[in-house]
Amino acid sequence: MDIEVRNFTKMYGSYKAVDNISFKVKTGEVLGFLGPNGAGKTTTMKAITTYFAPSSGEITIGNYSVTRQPEKVKTLIGYLPENNPLYQDMAIIDYLRYVALLQGVKKNALDERLLETLTVCGLMNEKHKNINELSKGYKQRVGLAQALIHDPEALILDEPTSGLDPNQIVEIRDLIKRIGKEKTVILSSHILAEVEATCDRILIINKGKIVADGTASDLRHQASNDEILKIEIEDGNTNEIYKALSELPNAASVDIIKDSDNKFEFHSRPQTTSKRDVFNLCVSKGWTLTGLTSVETKLEDVFRELTTN
Amino acid sequence: MNKIWTLTKKELKTFFDSLIAYILLVLFLGVTGFFTWLPSGADIFYRKQASLDSFFLICFWSLFFFVPLLTMRTFAEEKRSGTIELLLTKPVTDWQVVISKYLSSMIMIFIALALTLPYYITIARIGNIDHGATLSGYLGLLLLSSAYAGIGIFASSITKNQIVAVLLSLCFCVFFHLICGTLANTMSGTLGNIFNYLSSATHFEPMARGIIDTADVIYFLSITFLGLTGAVAALSQRKLKD
Repeated sequence: MDIEVRNFTKMYGSYKAVDNISFKVKTGEVLGFLGPNGAGKTTTMKAITTYFAPSSGEITIGNYSVTRQPEKVKTLIGYLPENNPLYQDMAIIDYLRYVALLQGVKKNALDERLLETLTVCGLMNEKHKNINELSKGYKQRVGLAQALIHDPEALILDEPTSGLDPNQIVEIRDLIKRIGKEKTVILSSHILAEVEATCDRILIINKGKIVADGTASDLRHQASNDEILKIEIEDGNTNEIYKALSELPNAASVDIIKDSDNKFEFHSRPQTTSKRDVFNLCVSKGWTLTGLTSVETKLEDVFRELTTN
Repeated sequence: MNKIWTLTKKELKTFFDSLIAYILLVLFLGVTGFFTWLPSGADIFYRKQASLDSFFLICFWSLFFFVPLLTMRTFAEEKRSGTIELLLTKPVTDWQVVISKYLSSMIMIFIALALTLPYYITIARIGNIDHGATLSGYLGLLLLSSAYAGIGIFASSITKNQIVAVLLSLCFCVFFHLICGTLANTMSGTLGNIFNYLSSATHFEPMARGIIDTADVIYFLSITFLGLTGAVAALSQRKLKD
């Protein structure tokens, strides 16, 4: 089921937490929601889950509006809130059964759903433990399990992997990817690598506004079209090489990488490439070219560029 | 209706899974039993009549403390731990949540009062007890608790802190429980009548003696309704446009 946010604005008093944002997530798409703290990620997610009402704008899931048909919308979504609140003194299986009943899972399908969710989330061996006895990673799985128990059409996950160890992170990511093939998933995260690994599309928001929207590679291109090369040359005089590189026709700037012998970072002019020139230069001067790699713009850099000014 | 029952069952389970339910029941029965049976000037033997009057008057006071202690965690705890967000994003309405908290508190109070039935049985064996008056007295206690539960749940819905919740509900309750009656005694005219009407003792005492008046029932139920509406309003605050 598609999730559509149209001109959503949320005010806290006179403070605009989210400022007129619009986006659409299609079925089978995993959308990563990125942004610095206080950018409005959680606020937007809370509005999608009907917890907050928008100050203006419209949010729909399928054909249902979160403000006009909240009860219907609530049955369609699974929600893992930030900080993963849980009833600490309940056993996992009791808690999941409770959530399933609230979600209106039919009595005859209940056991099957419980079994499936427990297996998918890897909680089978812990199912009779009290939630307060669990480690943070297992609690996170319980949080995910309660979001999945009624087989929802859409999943809203606010920082689903916070506090997990690297193995668990990989597991949860795989789980989200698997679910994301058939459902609509929105997840928020601070970890850029994670968003890149799990999400089909990334949305970066800053100060309540969308600053970027696209796939990870789209964003990289959007941020910088310039080619950056890392060049390593054996023998030859550093200054001489530096001078020769700077004089290449497409050179925008050349930096000597510190603490190294004859390593350079070479920026080409926009929309040009200099790999061939560099190679030919080395051949003509008789230098041994030992390394020539193009540096990909890191998503971190894109993120910082978009959210710091 | 099913959802309300699911929610209520979970609330009751929480009460009984933690020590709270047992401590509160022991406290309630201990205090009530102590003043009812041991010579205290208000005890059941003092009047030399086979009647639970004195027990009802003691309950009038012990419930005043018992009910706010019972309701203090209903919403405050959920707000503190953040589970309220989980609960309200499930397909249940705010009203269903509030009603279930109220129902579970009332069931707890019902259990507490049911545990005092041996008092009734004992007295009934000693002398000729007025069964109707006893029933009416118990009904009065339930209605009184219902009103205080409404207030307690409202107080709990406006704070994250259980201590603040219990103090707030005691503040609200003491107004109906004591202050109104005292003010009514010192004032005359319309103002005196208003305070007299607002005092819970005015409506409880006839019931403890065996007189059930619709006006008294309506009084307690209106306070209950007002409290629960307040709690729903407090929960819905998050949905305000700005």
